[in-house]
Amino acid sequence: MSELTISRRGLLAGSALLWASTALPAIAFAQTPKKGGRLVLAADSEPRNLNPAIVASNGVFFISSKIVETLAEASFDGKDGLEPRLALSWEGAADGLSVTFKLRDGVKWHDGKPFTSADVAFSALQIWKPLQNLGRTVFKDLEAVDTPDELTAVFKFAKPTPFQLIRNALPALSSVVPKHLYEVGKIEDNPANNAPVGTGPFKFAEYKAGQYYRLTRNDAYWSKDEPYLDEIVYQVLPDRTSAAAALEAEEIQLAAFSAVPLADLDRISKVPGLKVITKGYEGLTYQLVVEINHRRKELADLKVRQAIAHAIDKDFVVRTIFLGYAATATGPVPKNDPQFYTADVPTYPFDVAKANALLDEAGYKRADDGKRFALKLLPAPYFNETKQFGDYLRQALAAIGIDAQIVNNDSAAHIKAVYTDHAFDLAVGPPVFRGDPAISTTILVQSGIPDGVPFSNQGGYKNADLDALIVKASETLDAAARTELYKEFQKKVAADLPLINVAEWSFISVARDTVGNIANNPRWAVSNWADTYLES
Amino acid sequence: MTRALRLLRRRLVGSVFVLLIVVIGSFLLLEAAPGDAVDAYIVSTGGDAGMIELLRHRWGLDQSELTRLANYLWALLHLDLGQSVTFSRPIRDVILERLPTTLILMGSATALSFGLGSALGIYAGARPGSFRDRFLSVGSLALYAVPGFWLGLVLIVVFAVDLRWLPIGGIETIASAKTGFSRAADIATHLVLPVSALGFIYLALYLRMMRASMAEAWRQDFVLAARARGLTRGRIVLAHVARNALLPLVTMLGLQSAQMLGGSVVIESVFAVPGLGRLAQEAVAGRDTPLLLGIILVSAVLVIVINLLVDLAYAFLDPRVGAGEASA
Repeated sequence: MSELTISRRGLLAGSALLWASTALPAIAFAQTPKKGGRLVLAADSEPRNLNPAIVASNGVFFISSKIVETLAEASFDGKDGLEPRLALSWEGAADGLSVTFKLRDGVKWHDGKPFTSADVAFSALQIWKPLQNLGRTVFKDLEAVDTPDELTAVFKFAKPTPFQLIRNALPALSSVVPKHLYEVGKIEDNPANNAPVGTGPFKFAEYKAGQYYRLTRNDAYWSKDEPYLDEIVYQVLPDRTSAAAALEAEEIQLAAFSAVPLADLDRISKVPGLKVITKGYEGLTYQLVVEINHRRKELADLKVRQAIAHAIDKDFVVRTIFLGYAATATGPVPKNDPQFYTADVPTYPFDVAKANALLDEAGYKRADDGKRFALKLLPAPYFNETKQFGDYLRQALAAIGIDAQIVNNDSAAHIKAVYTDHAFDLAVGPPVFRGDPAISTTILVQSGIPDGVPFSNQGGYKNADLDALIVKASETLDAAARTELYKEFQKKVAADLPLINVAEWSFISVARDTVGNIANNPRWAVSNWADTYLES
Repeated sequence: MTRALRLLRRRLVGSVFVLLIVVIGSFLLLEAAPGDAVDAYIVSTGGDAGMIELLRHRWGLDQSELTRLANYLWALLHLDLGQSVTFSRPIRDVILERLPTTLILMGSATALSFGLGSALGIYAGARPGSFRDRFLSVGSLALYAVPGFWLGLVLIVVFAVDLRWLPIGGIETIASAKTGFSRAADIATHLVLPVSALGFIYLALYLRMMRASMAEAWRQDFVLAARARGLTRGRIVLAHVARNALLPLVTMLGLQSAQMLGGSVVIESVFAVPGLGRLAQEAVAGRDTPLLLGIILVSAVLVIVINLLVDLAYAFLDPRVGAGEASA
């Protein structure tokens, strides 16, 4: 699986091979998608709000991206990694003060009303900017949306805003909801938040709490002949082991988002009729990160942080914890990002002797019991892998004389302990890279963020240089210059280690051979599935 | 039945206090847990300081603990369970949706464990110390020692994945639009595995208790008397020994109903059954205090009602019970 670690292209080739080897018959049929059928798949959670314009998260997109569409979707081979959806084209002004979207003609909402630029303006100004978890940051300077005609929306910004950022934000942040349903009453209490109405290939049909979500075919979808499926049913399976069993028993045909645990993949890949697919999540990369509380005097010392970085065997982590389904990390931008990644950063090869020497140098000699100092280590409980890495890190730190005591919490308690109470020395976190460092990456190291903001720098780290660089990049309009600044950013982070990036991973799908057109874009599991089909 | 009515009245008065203690105790316990509903929510969304403040305000979490407890109790007085934070729906609706499922699951599992357990207990206790007694005792103990989720998974692998006789989980075939008898049959098929997993574990309890109290009853004088009267062995076993041995089992039934509510949390997750147990787990993970209080309250009422029924049954079975209360 070492191809996976090189580049996105390498990743694609590697997983394509893997896929081909397990699913040759499916590929032979792939030319002629069949119409009809019900796709049943596993869902492990039930989001409280299904409106992707308010909650831009993978859990919500997984279901609602089939119903509510964005202006553009991520693409393997489209220009700038994008492919048109509700917008046909997007153009940024040279002064960074406006972006013009040309919209698709003839699109209808599921209730039959026409989709127009007024819907885009309403969604952007009334929802993305004031209410959306990510949009509140990216669209903070959005001042107005002009609608010169029904198919043109011009976003006006109060301050120059890099077009590159807006473009990169489109797949996740630009879900358009119907103005005519949302303009009355409070947006947060709108019934459509739980029974979404959109323009997508599937309509929301019903939700039985604790059992399933059912979507049905939108016969009036703007792309003629699509979608192929008649129905999509998300069966709620809270227990992870049962997703694998349900696949084997042919009760479900697909388990996305690693609903089948990594440890089961080897066995399940040998079951006839099932295929394991590592492709289709390139745009949803999670980063395994050691968060550091710089308020601890030992950890405020760069030498100690370097020592910890040298003490972690990243290859071992990828091989043993992720069973090869991950890549080692060099810095705050993942290797599979096509725009910003640079390998030209300081690295910390696994070297226990060097780590010990650095700690001695820093003045933290081993006491008689072999220990230098003790730390509180809080592994995030959201993924098996973050917990397992916590156990590994404890052992790795013991080898260099640091006594890490693991504190286990459930999700809510972990969020409070790390991001509000700062009651940690080291924490293991899985931040998400969302296609542009300005969306949710720079916040991990920037100073001046209020207490309580999750997945941000709550470790008390302050670096005026780095802060200035982040501000400069956020104002730089030229894409090439902006990219260079983010390469500089990666270097600085890797050199000063406000946090330690260990590995990067994404999800795995397991599907029956009969499911066609899987994983054909970098955000496949959260895209609209208009072209997904079933053979029988 | 004035004896039973007196018992009922005394119990109802006592129940109100029990419920009040349960509600306040659970509220304080939940408050002591680190993190609130907003912390649990932002795990999957993230968000900036403004958004978080907004959410805390909208969900009423910016008020003091005492205010929230007082508000909750005041609403409860008006029989209003409040609004769920994680579901953004009235808690009454959320619970009522799940309650029947849990009642069916628990009821069937209890019937299975009680019925089969006491029958096997009679069989074993008919000849204490015999081979079949030893075999059943050891077998049931082994079953009792098995963790519920593991038994559930084994049942799934064998009967749903390998043999494909039964569905893997859920309460009914999803989105099937079945009605009437075929729907009932569908639900019954789906319940076989979870009910077995839940019921078999508690079966041992009844079996061992029945067997022990049967062994005890054999030594009583009335058995000797029955023998002396020349009754057949089968009649002695059923009408004299088993009937007297049944009393402690009825008590057990009441005690165990509370335990089964707890056990169903795990089984409901493994079999993806949309019941109260799973809801409780989600409420804890989401720090949805009012929802969890609602569930605890409903469960407490359930346990109180079951125990009341048990006491009534006891009063019916054993004339000594409640007789003393007339003078008390």
